[in-house]
Amino acid sequence: MTARAPVFPHRHLLGIEGLSRPDIETLLDMAEEAVKVSRQVEKKRAVLSGRTLINLFFEASTRTQSSFELAGKRLGADVMNMSVATSSVNKGETLIDTAATLNAMRPDLIVVRHQHSGAVQLLSQKVSCSVINAGDGSHEHPTQALLDALTIRRNKGRIEGLTVAICGDVAHSRVARSNIILLTHLGARVRVVGPSTLLPAGIERMGVEVHRSMETGIRDADIVMMLRLQRERMQGAFIPSLKEFARFYGLDEDKLKWAKPDALVMHPGPMNRGVEIDSAVADGPRSLITEQVEMGVAVRMAVLEALSQNLPNG
Amino acid sequence: MTSSPVALINARLLDPATGKETPGGVMIENGLIVDIGAKVTKANAGERTQVVDCGGDIVSPGLIDMCAFIGEPGASHRETITTASRAAAAGGVTTIVAAPNTNPPIDGSASVDYLMRRARDNAKVRVLPCAALTKGLAGAEIAEIGLLKEAGAIAFSNGPTSVVSSQVMRRAMIYARDFDAIVIHRAEDPELARMGVMNEGEFASRLGLPGIPREAEAIMLDRDMRLVALTFGEGQQGGHYHAQMVTTTLSLEIIAKAKAAGLPVSCATSINHLTLNESDIGQYRTFLKLSPPLRAEEERVALVEALAGGLIDVIISDHNPQDVEAKRVPFSEAEYGAIGLETMLSAGLRLVRSGQVSLGRLINAMTVRPAEILGLPQGRLQKGAPADLIRFDPDEPYVVDPSRLQSRSKNTPFDEARMEGVVKLTMVAGTIV
Repeated sequence: MTARAPVFPHRHLLGIEGLSRPDIETLLDMAEEAVKVSRQVEKKRAVLSGRTLINLFFEASTRTQSSFELAGKRLGADVMNMSVATSSVNKGETLIDTAATLNAMRPDLIVVRHQHSGAVQLLSQKVSCSVINAGDGSHEHPTQALLDALTIRRNKGRIEGLTVAICGDVAHSRVARSNIILLTHLGARVRVVGPSTLLPAGIERMGVEVHRSMETGIRDADIVMMLRLQRERMQGAFIPSLKEFARFYGLDEDKLKWAKPDALVMHPGPMNRGVEIDSAVADGPRSLITEQVEMGVAVRMAVLEALSQNLPNG
Repeated sequence: MTSSPVALINARLLDPATGKETPGGVMIENGLIVDIGAKVTKANAGERTQVVDCGGDIVSPGLIDMCAFIGEPGASHRETITTASRAAAAGGVTTIVAAPNTNPPIDGSASVDYLMRRARDNAKVRVLPCAALTKGLAGAEIAEIGLLKEAGAIAFSNGPTSVVSSQVMRRAMIYARDFDAIVIHRAEDPELARMGVMNEGEFASRLGLPGIPREAEAIMLDRDMRLVALTFGEGQQGGHYHAQMVTTTLSLEIIAKAKAAGLPVSCATSINHLTLNESDIGQYRTFLKLSPPLRAEEERVALVEALAGGLIDVIISDHNPQDVEAKRVPFSEAEYGAIGLETMLSAGLRLVRSGQVSLGRLINAMTVRPAEILGLPQGRLQKGAPADLIRFDPDEPYVVDPSRLQSRSKNTPFDEARMEGVVKLTMVAGTIV
């Protein structure tokens, strides 16, 4: 941990869009180092010593928030968690007011999750510190895409040339958008698979193949990435029922046979067991789901470290 | 099928795919048509073969009715699968597409399964369930189209009502497209049609009855065509929209435009709207209270022309049995609907006799065209096709006697009418029924 970290020429991480291939590879390489640190008994480093990190979550989150918290603490930062109850937030003006208030407390880094697409970008324009997007609406979730890429790279040795099938509720998924941008950028062949009601209009112009059936969609895939179905707003509107969705689009061992014999399964969590993914697959030998969580902390450490180099007095 | 071979000889063979009529016979074995033509004669039939001399009558494929209400489950006082199938067999209908607006509606795979088992055990003709497009036909949530199709649903409709929400309709259509499921829709704006009980116009005014304007149908159909263009249009794979019943010139213009634009659209009208008009209501005859309402004579004539020209693809019976009590009330309070399975062929032959439609086109609209839309193998007079056949004399006269109708309900709009065209034999899968 002595080598000077490579240059990452961005003040914020608002999305995968706008990152170059070297930017992405830099972050993945730094994350590899962070994995090693996280597996030691002594996990603490001083990279962010004296820095303040605020986790500002307008939407409930367990794993992303704790992952950022742990990443910040392992790098030596002071971490403050602010969970803003959605109901008490009057969007728009309040978001900017909140930003101004927090900015006055002189944090160095703010991690933001918000239910509206574009809200994190808006906030980033109002503060003088670095902003990391931890998910905005159905737009982007860049650290999830980075941790997915890291997980794939560590297990397959590469990303270029792999066939990755992203399955399920693509329309409402920020994970899907960030992954599509990142994976196509690194030379993977990306497919999206789902009923047409869950595929956004014009998705084929994002450089992906569109499949309406799991059989064609995951045939010969190297990676099958399942998305979380937001069941509370689904039933009857976008899909007839969870039962029907599970029957035609849920990943079980039978459907997984269509993929390559060494295909691996991913899910950003939290899972709806028995809906988009069957327990036998989620807990099976080809599942990378818990490894994704570990890589999450490493990737967030890498992102925080990379951005901190560009902070004033950094 | 283990029934013995049957030869229908000495017939006029009507091929509804080409409209051609040729003398000859049809050889049937194991439920399939195995030979057709002049060489099928008594002399050429094997000794195990049952020979039926058709005496110069027409033999054509049995009729496929894309919309009939058959009472089960929930309305067996109006009709049962047994009585509906007897009525169908008597009228030359060998395949019924059963409407989903039963009680409960056919909106789950268990009800499809129920209907198919009931039909297997009780029906003389084929009964294919049309399942609900939305749960409970409520127009709010998409039904389990994938599971319903796996269970055996042949198509999806919202029964006699429109899906009013354009958002729900759009999603239902694109979801159906993924499963290669046909969407059948009855287009009528319920707000504009509300309170109305017959066609809007002079007749309604004279009778003092509230009217339903033609626009109620046209507005919804026009919306549907825009959704079709959006969901099944350019750059999209698959999808088919079938307008369950068009009854006005406004609708015909909309369908013509959609077809000219290459959209995957077809349409039907009912035998009633082709052969009756609003003036037949006379002095409040409730058996002629239909939904959509019988229209003006010029509309009827336009429908007949559109049928002749092929713009209207299909003729349906819109068989809707109602018990006597539901019709023996003031016109405004009477239920909608008329039975039609037994009379659709002879009523249709009126159009042939008046020279407006060829016999070939009439039978085409009741056989091969619905079969093409639904993706069915029957309805064709060709080797290898299922032996669903009828023999009829198009000229034999009869008077419609309600007491002799097979349907459980007797609400025929052709009560005591003089008809020509008698079905003398109905065969389903090689068996005479």
